[in-house]
This record gives sequence, C-alpha cells and structure tokens, in this order.
Amino acid sequence: MNTLAQSLEGGNPALNITIFGLFVAGTMVIVFRASRNTKTASDYYAAGRAFTGPQNGIAISGDYLSAASFLGIAGAIAVYGYDGFLYSIGFLVAWLVALLLVAELLRNTGKFTMGDVLAFRMRQRPVRAAAATSTMAVSFFYLLAQMAGAGGLVSLLLGIEGEAGQSIVIAVVGAVMIVYVLVGGMKGTTWVQIIKAGLLIAGTAVMTVWVLGRFGLNLSSLLGAAVDSSAGGDSLLNPGAKYGASETSKLDFLSLGIALVLGTAGLPHVLMRFYTVPTAKDARRSVVWAIALIGLFYLFTLVLGYGAAALVGADTIKNAPGSSNAAAPLLAQELGGPLLLGFIAAVAFATILAVVAGLTITASASFAHDVYANVIKKGKVDSKNDEVRVARITACVIGAVAIVGGILAKDQNVAFLVALAFAVAASANLPTLLYSLFWKRFNTRGALWSMYGGLTLTIVLIVFSPAVSGSESAMVPDADFAWFPLSNPGLVSIPASFFLGWLGTVLSKEHLEDKHREMEVRSLTGAGSEKAVAH
Amino acid sequence: MSTTEPSTHPPGPTSWAEVHSSAEFRELRRRLRVFVFPMTAGFLSWYLLYVLLADYAHGFMSVKVVGNINVGLVLGLLQFVSTFAITGLYVRYADRKLDPLADKIREEVEGEAR
Repeated sequence: MNTLAQSLEGGNPALNITIFGLFVAGTMVIVFRASRNTKTASDYYAAGRAFTGPQNGIAISGDYLSAASFLGIAGAIAVYGYDGFLYSIGFLVAWLVALLLVAELLRNTGKFTMGDVLAFRMRQRPVRAAAATSTMAVSFFYLLAQMAGAGGLVSLLLGIEGEAGQSIVIAVVGAVMIVYVLVGGMKGTTWVQIIKAGLLIAGTAVMTVWVLGRFGLNLSSLLGAAVDSSAGGDSLLNPGAKYGASETSKLDFLSLGIALVLGTAGLPHVLMRFYTVPTAKDARRSVVWAIALIGLFYLFTLVLGYGAAALVGADTIKNAPGSSNAAAPLLAQELGGPLLLGFIAAVAFATILAVVAGLTITASASFAHDVYANVIKKGKVDSKNDEVRVARITACVIGAVAIVGGILAKDQNVAFLVALAFAVAASANLPTLLYSLFWKRFNTRGALWSMYGGLTLTIVLIVFSPAVSGSESAMVPDADFAWFPLSNPGLVSIPASFFLGWLGTVLSKEHLEDKHREMEVRSLTGAGSEKAVAH
Repeated sequence: MSTTEPSTHPPGPTSWAEVHSSAEFRELRRRLRVFVFPMTAGFLSWYLLYVLLADYAHGFMSVKVVGNINVGLVLGLLQFVSTFAITGLYVRYADRKLDPLADKIREEVEGEAR
C-alpha cells in the first residue's frame, strides 16, 4: 500500500513545476495587460464595475472554490465518507442566502466594501472600523487555510520534507500573489480567478468522467468499490463516521452545518465581487452562474472523494504526506499517471494563488477604504491615488503575514480551517448586514455590539474548544484549557450575535429611520447607485 | 462618481421619503418580501431538516434505495436539486415582477434630475 505514497514523492516534481510555471506565466501576461486601465480607486477595487454577470459568476466560483473545497472535501469524503458530503451541501445551499437577501441590495447601496453598506445609515467611523476588523479576521482565518493547503501540497508533490524547502515554496506562492494584486488590482485578480475556475472545473470534470468510466458509469458500483476497499465497510456510505460518535460530536455537526449555510453571504471577499458588475441585475446573474458552477463542482467532488476511496484506499490516503488533503492528487496519479498529477497539482496551486489574491485585495481594500480614508483621514483623502497607494502597501503586509502563517499552519485539515472562517463570517458579518438591509430601527450601537460581540465570542469559543487544546488532533495537543465542548462555535455565536444586534439597537436612543427610507429606495431600485466606468 | 457620504436627497425634486411612501415603491417592496422571506424560511428549514436527519437518524439515512445508493445520498442530491430550482424560480420572478417596477421607479427618481 505504501508504494503509491512513496512513488508520489518520487513522482515528477520537474513536470509539476513546469505546468504550474506555465499557468503563472500566462496569468502574469494577462495581469500586466489588465493593469493598463487601472487608474482610479474604482478601477483598483472594483475593476471599473465593467465585468459582465457571467464573467463575474465564473470569477466568484474561482474565488469560492478554494483549496479547502477541492483538496479538503474530496479528502474528507474519501476518509470519512458521507460526513464529508455535508460540507458540499452547506457550501452550495448557502448561496441562496446571497442570491435572495444580499447580492442585489448590496450592489445598489455600497461602493467597494461591506463597511460602505453599514456606513450608509450609521455613524461612519465606528462601524467602518468594526467592519474592517471583522473583514481582517475572516480573511486571516481563510488565508491561513489556503496557505496550510499550500504547505501540504508542497510536501506531497515536490517531495520536499525539509522545513526550509517548504517555506521557500510557500514564500514563492505568496510573492506571485502579491504581484497579481499590486499590478493587476481587482481586474487582474478577477481574470486570474476566471482562468483558474475554468481549469479547475475542466480538470475535475475529466477526472469525474474518468472515475465513473472505470465503473461503467454506474455510481452504485463506484460506491460499492469504495466500501470494499475501506476498513469501515458500509459505514463509508452512511452518516456518522466522523460526527456520530457522541452527543457532543452530533451537536458539533449541527453547529458546523449552520455556520456553513450562513457564512457565505458574510464572506467579505465574496461580497466585494458584487461591486465589479455594472448593475444589480448583473449581480443576480453572477450569483446564478456561480450557483450553477459551484453545484456542478461539488457533484464532481462527491465522485472524486468516493473514487479516491475506491481506487487509492483510505489507508493509503491517511498515510500519505498531506494526509486527507492528498486524496485528490493521489487519485489523479492513479488515473492518469504523472501528467494528470502534474496538471491537477498545478490547478491546486493555482486555486490557492487565486483565492489568496482575492482575499488579499479584499482585506487591503477594507483597510485602505474603511480605516485609512474614512476613519483616519475622516473621508478627506487628498486624492484617490493616495487611498490606492495605502491599499497596495497593505496588500504587501497581508502577503507577508500569509506567508508566515502558511509556514506555521501546516498539517491542519484545510476544510476545518475554512469552516472556522465561515463561523466568524456568519457571526460577525451576516446579522449586521441583514439587520442593516431589512430592519428600519437598527442603529450604530446594534451594529457594533453584533459585530464586535459576534467576533469576540467566536474567537474566544474557538480558543477554548477541543480544536485548540485538550485532544490528540488539537493545535496544542500537550495543553488542556478547553471548556467549550464544540469545535465549531456557530451554534452559540450566530444566535448570540443576532441577539446582541437587537439588544444594542433597542438600548440606544439613536433613530435612523429617515436614512433607512433612503437606503431602502436605493437598495431596491438602484437609484443613485455606482455606475460602471467607461474606458 | 458620488462622494463617500451618501447624499440625503435624490437627484430629482422629490425627496427619498416621498418615493418611499409612494404606492409604486410599496408594491415593489411587498413583491420582493412576499417572495424572498417565505422562500428563505423554506430552504433553511429543508436544509436544517436534512442536517438533523444526517445527524440523528443514521438508521433511516442508511436505508438502501437502489443498489448502494441510500436515502442519505438521495436527500443530499435533492438539496442540490432544490437549490437549482429556487434559483430558477427567483430569476423568473425577478425578471417579471421586480425589474420592470424597479426600473420605472429608478427612472422617475434619476430622470427628473436631467
């Protein structure tokens, strides 16, 4: 069984690097071309609002289908079976929240960031500072997840076991990402995401058909083969393999499910993508395209996960470098040898690169636009170029943090890390966003209590959860300071954040109903919304 | 490009409050909410039901339907189907019932400024 894992290490690193290098070279050309028209803040943050709905929809799926989706979910299904499938369903159904409640209204009211929507009604400086804080926090967790994925992939595909070698590769990935963001702005980043989405979906589609072809295009025989090569037998197809062990772990599953479905519409890098299209109707079409592509992709991962269990075997996957994250690359090697492995590895690297670039431009926009221009400079920035300059500096800092974080965060399951980012987004961002769009009494204190309360509660509960200490799989396995039983805090933190938003609002005498009338008219009709920039 | 601080008055002579209390705008808001709120409640309940079944009804979810395909897999795939269906329904509804009215109000608000 171990021969496969070893031959993987000895695979063909030169081929893998060459294919990845071609991707980087190709995207760099496009990014430099895109940079020619990037002049104003609207160009840099929102690509001049000139992308079409379908283009933006493909870019959204490129932004959203992270290494966690590809490597993490396929691995979770291969090793834990059915319980890994929940991630896919939660990640997909969540898009209905964005489609029905958030996307169009956000496009009509805001300009560049989530803070814009909140600042519409409330006192600018405190809510922008809060929105930037939670944006940074979500981006940080998400970045950590992507970089952890990069670390695992390096050891898997290049056979680099040494700390120094892995660190150098992560640093190279970070440096390429910084160039994308600095040079190309949102336009360049968007094109990178579009290309990556195309490659990822095409690559997984080929593998899916290939896997199904091996089993006579019969899903049932595929599942049967997965069961035969798994030690747990039939339990691979039934729920409960990972989360069914105790009452606590069942609650954990519920908590995870809620965080996944409510997190998406609060993810700042997803929200920001809605500003890159000219109208709310295009924002709607973007989401429709995104739902179609993301849904298709998750159906593919189901086949790939069980395919890896059937053709590679759960034990081989667990013992491979990179553990469960190795399932999809191992399956590619089993199917198409070194060439397909090289392609899939390059796609996985490209995935990490594109998602990290999207996160970085979002976090840097939030800092430059919300904190620098509106909190520090009180909205009196000398020129828009000044704001963009700050955004570029911030992008470099975030890139550096991502590189260091990636080196430190190896060996965590990336799907789990992303689930934590979703818990923060669902707790700190979504309640405030929904109240702000739909509740006329909502005010500044409610927004601050909900955002800071939700963020603090989520992080405190994570720190004192079994994910951080007190269990064998924890980040700090030697210490035990856990008192909160669940690994995912969403079950407690999301309702608490909704409650805090309500409580803070009714305890404050501030009334903003006039502003709410204006916001409601604008959000529903698009009157006075930001228009596309003609070049 | 507008300024960072949103203007408190629309481009035309009517105020935001007047537009807000107009019959047309009230109808637009009613149409949006009458679709979006029940639909959200619906798909969230259906999703929660699925999660609870996967969590607490292992026996039921493990019942084989065809070959190796069990109830859990069928219900999971039905989540995909319902998501695609709701997306299609909303797009159709928005095209027919929301967009024409929203466009009309927006043109009235913005057009008066010219």
